[in-house]
Amino acid sequence: MSRILEEKIVKTLLFITAITAVFSVLLIGVFIFIEGLPIFFKYGIVDVLFGTVWNPTNQVYGIWPMIVGTIYVTFVAILIGAPMGVGVAVYLVEIAHQRISRIIIPAVELLAGIPSVVYGLFGMFAVRGVISSLERGPLAEYLPANYQTGYSILTAAIILAVMILPTIINISLDALKAVPREYKEGSLALGVSHWQTIYKVLVPAAKSGIITAVILGVGRALGETMAVIMVIGNTPLVPAMDWTGLFAPARSMTANIALEMGYAGPEHQQALFATGIVLFMFIIVLNSVTTLLVRRKARK
Amino acid sequence: MNNVVRNQKIAFACLSGLGLLTVLVLIFIIGYILSQGVSMINYEFLTSNPRKMGSEGGIFPAIVGTLYLVGTTMIIATPIGVGAAIYLNEYTARGKLTSMIRFATEALAGIPSIVFGLFGFAFFVILLEPITGGWSILSASLTGVTMVLPTIVRTSEEALKAVPDTLREGSLALGTTKWQTIKSLILPTAMPGIITGLILSIGRVVGETAAFLLTLGGTLLIPNSLLDGSRTLSLHLYMVAMETGAMDMAFGTAAVLIVLILIINLTATWLFRRLIKRFS
Repeated sequence: MSRILEEKIVKTLLFITAITAVFSVLLIGVFIFIEGLPIFFKYGIVDVLFGTVWNPTNQVYGIWPMIVGTIYVTFVAILIGAPMGVGVAVYLVEIAHQRISRIIIPAVELLAGIPSVVYGLFGMFAVRGVISSLERGPLAEYLPANYQTGYSILTAAIILAVMILPTIINISLDALKAVPREYKEGSLALGVSHWQTIYKVLVPAAKSGIITAVILGVGRALGETMAVIMVIGNTPLVPAMDWTGLFAPARSMTANIALEMGYAGPEHQQALFATGIVLFMFIIVLNSVTTLLVRRKARK
Repeated sequence: MNNVVRNQKIAFACLSGLGLLTVLVLIFIIGYILSQGVSMINYEFLTSNPRKMGSEGGIFPAIVGTLYLVGTTMIIATPIGVGAAIYLNEYTARGKLTSMIRFATEALAGIPSIVFGLFGFAFFVILLEPITGGWSILSASLTGVTMVLPTIVRTSEEALKAVPDTLREGSLALGTTKWQTIKSLILPTAMPGIITGLILSIGRVVGETAAFLLTLGGTLLIPNSLLDGSRTLSLHLYMVAMETGAMDMAFGTAAVLIVLILIINLTATWLFRRLIKRFS
């Protein structure tokens, strides 16, 4: 009898552990929204979302500069990181000798394990050094003085591109491996070259997985905080919309929260939670797109 | 036809270049941090207290804080994460409930760490202050638990799935209960895989900064209890680099972090290899 009782107790306990994740997600959503929504009601959704001035001391809470900063830096990071990540994945699956894969794959794992503050510190010196000598050297006559510090969108994007590489490589790798062998064999049997087979057959066949990989990379770049804070300059201004904007110091939504939470008064705190809501919405939209993609693929 | 061959040669050369570049980037980052910071590391640096806001002295409180935080987080997260994996893999058929739990786990994995920080701040630091002591190791650990949960659940589930069904059936046929089978047969078999997940989670806690910036308090004092504030090595690195401006201390701390992460990753890889051997 006691064995049956034990069985029941264990099952109940395990059930409780299993729904912890569900409760955590709900609690996180509820708390971010409870704390952040009042600011939207008080100052108007449009003024908060699209206001270009962030000046908490005078109760002006426009988070548009941070939205633009986040999108800009993420876009550039993906532009660098996605082709590189997919390229490495193709290389590992199709071309590299096993001996070489055995070096690259652990290296990618290790890249994923390096703490973001260490990336930040590296960026503050190594990458910023290169960028600032560009800004003060050949580009000096085109850039305004405040765009010559080395703290810039490009600096942050380069660091982010490296940080999202493991995500993009690992998931593209799985997608490419999942392509049925017959596709490749059929194409090669027709006399098509290996490279043509890769870019006309294999990559298109793995398309939805590769897109998922890139979207998850976007999610990581959007959400990264510490590495970005340390290299982006943190100026809450909308960067220039031509190519010089690459060299503009900016501020991401994540940085906005992390920088100011320590000393914020009650209303200022709410505005930071509101920034969190916008970030949260970005992530929800991204996750929904991924889920849709995975489902569409499953139906096929 | 010559064109096709040439194109392929160029393309393959480019792709090999990318593969090489990835490894070089890693070597460059680790080499740069170690070359700047390794000379800072000595017995005194590791065992003495910081002076002048961390611009002089050592990093002892940050080491203690890291150990406290990792320990507390893992003690709470391990039973929850492994338990959830057991429930999902051993006790339920696929259904609405399990797909909801899986969805929530996926969603948790995608939430940015600063959002975890906001949540931890509003819930554990402010609302539950009488229990958690406000900014404290406990508040930060509970926040950390929600962050590492997806990793533990996912890796434990993989490990459990890899245990062959014949083991389960054989044991049940001998008249043992389900829980006895799991406890004395399934879990020990899946253990290397589960431990790999736990080690990866430790790495995540060691490297995390944004969430702890809002929940751990960041004091330089050595904590006396879980209700005291503290700072981890990562948090210390950020604070001395950005607030104190003591770059030699920042690089020293970064070098210690890199060494820690290398040890953690190598252990995880070694365990994972053993796991693969066991099942093949």
